[in-house]
Amino acid sequence: MSETNDLYQEVILDHYKRPRNHGRLGDADCHAEGQNPLCGDHVTVYVKVKGGIVEEITFEGSGCAISTASASLMTETIKGKTLDEAKAFFRKFHAMVTGDEEVDGGDGLGKLTVFAGVCQYPARVKCATLVWHTLDAALDNRREPISTE
Amino acid sequence: MSTIASAVSRMVTPVVGDTFDVERVRRDFPALLQSIDGKPLVYLDSAATTQKPDAVIEAVERFYREDNANIHRGVHRLSVRATDAYESARRKVARFVGASRPEEIVFVRGATEAINLVAQTFGRTHLGVGDEVLISHMEHHANIVPWQMLCEQTGAQLRVMPINDRGEIIIDEYERLLGPRTKLVSIAHVSNALGTINPVQGMIALAHARGIPVLVDGAQAVPHMKVDVRTLDADFYVFSGHKTFGPTGIGALYGRYELLDQLPPYQGGGDMITSVTFEKTTYAKAPQRFEAGTPHIAGAVGLGAAIDYLEAVGLQGITAYEHELLTYATEALSGLPEVHLVGTARDKAGVLSFTVDGAHPHDVGTILDQQGIAVRAGHHCAQPVMERFGVPATVRASLAFYNTREEIDVLVRGLRGVIEVFR
Repeated sequence: MSETNDLYQEVILDHYKRPRNHGRLGDADCHAEGQNPLCGDHVTVYVKVKGGIVEEITFEGSGCAISTASASLMTETIKGKTLDEAKAFFRKFHAMVTGDEEVDGGDGLGKLTVFAGVCQYPARVKCATLVWHTLDAALDNRREPISTE
Repeated sequence: MSTIASAVSRMVTPVVGDTFDVERVRRDFPALLQSIDGKPLVYLDSAATTQKPDAVIEAVERFYREDNANIHRGVHRLSVRATDAYESARRKVARFVGASRPEEIVFVRGATEAINLVAQTFGRTHLGVGDEVLISHMEHHANIVPWQMLCEQTGAQLRVMPINDRGEIIIDEYERLLGPRTKLVSIAHVSNALGTINPVQGMIALAHARGIPVLVDGAQAVPHMKVDVRTLDADFYVFSGHKTFGPTGIGALYGRYELLDQLPPYQGGGDMITSVTFEKTTYAKAPQRFEAGTPHIAGAVGLGAAIDYLEAVGLQGITAYEHELLTYATEALSGLPEVHLVGTARDKAGVLSFTVDGAHPHDVGTILDQQGIAVRAGHHCAQPVMERFGVPATVRASLAFYNTREEIDVLVRGLRGVIEVFR
């Protein structure tokens, strides 16, 4: 493309084409499913928690570049973090992609700031947040599948 | 053609000789003349909804500015004018689709409501346990879900006629499915997801030979081709105003009068009765029986204006121009090896549904939007047909007579950009 793309940055494309921590986690302590009925995206997040820390985290599913890269980068970010830190990341990430200025969004998000451009594309916010809602549900051990609708 | 004749012809229609003057009609659509992030809008989402010509926008505005009143009840001048405008719109719709009388046209919110109306009136009175409604595998959810609801209510069954890999109904299978328990066939005239033009006239004849009535969902046909419900011999025919260059929230149900007038009411309320006492209410005749409450009067007026506009442009010219544009677009997309068309029926309307290797339809849609190109990405409210072709979603570029070859070229360039990003 002739111009730089504020949404489809190299990091996002890289994680879309080669997603990290992709696959089922056999000995997961908790997992949850998420789906976006509008586009048919679905994702399952598996988490293994030890001593209040996310020891292992993987995801399965198929979706667009934004949702797949978001899942991949989320697992990289959350691995090794405490449950409270994971929740805090979710809050900040959500604030960043929805353009919520009440919350101090971008700070401390590290690589996840590549999704900052999503707030310019309201139709794509759900693609970026689906996997985070699913993680939230997994950590809360919810049984009902998460839906963006 | 003489100079005078040609001048007159230009006044009433942009079709001069064999040339369709697309630049001239584009000027009638104010929304088309805008830029998205500095790039000219390329609107390729007319199967979702069409843009509106000035004539429609002005008719709706004029109605609210000058004639606004409730209909069928006032003695005052405004109410008389509003009633005239509403009933005149009904006459226009009736003439436009070839109904034998205006009373065969029921104003509804759109094709979806029209199908629900038939399901809940005809369906509830004509179907029982074990009876069947026959639809095709390419239907829009609007022609699936109302029948599923009816089946739950009545114990009837939904049967589905299969389609081939091009996205065409397999007529032999259709004939085989027409059985003694089939009480209604309901099929799209044109598929919104694939663009297939179904051979509805022949299909209706096959159903009628067995005494089975047929509903045709014409939402994607009426805006693009001349429809004549009597030539088709349809029992019910439905379409939406907003896909026909008219306002949202208005549409029409055509019903053969003998059939329509024997159906029970759909909703109860004002304007659908002849008299009400607490003991007994008698219902008005069709179509009033099906139009409870104050209808979308301005919408009907706008739809009437849309029909006037379409007739002035000329549907024959529109169909020919769109067909030529579809051929051009199909060839252009076929030149991209990463692009795969879904829906390649031999008889097709201006819908190009496709996938792009390595790119999810939503990403394609977003990147095209960055270039000012409006397409639809998703399942197009036709999940079963997506599943039939083994894709969760497609990108859909849908055409109208205001689109140009240059816009197709912009789409192709946009797709080359998409392919570059996801290489």
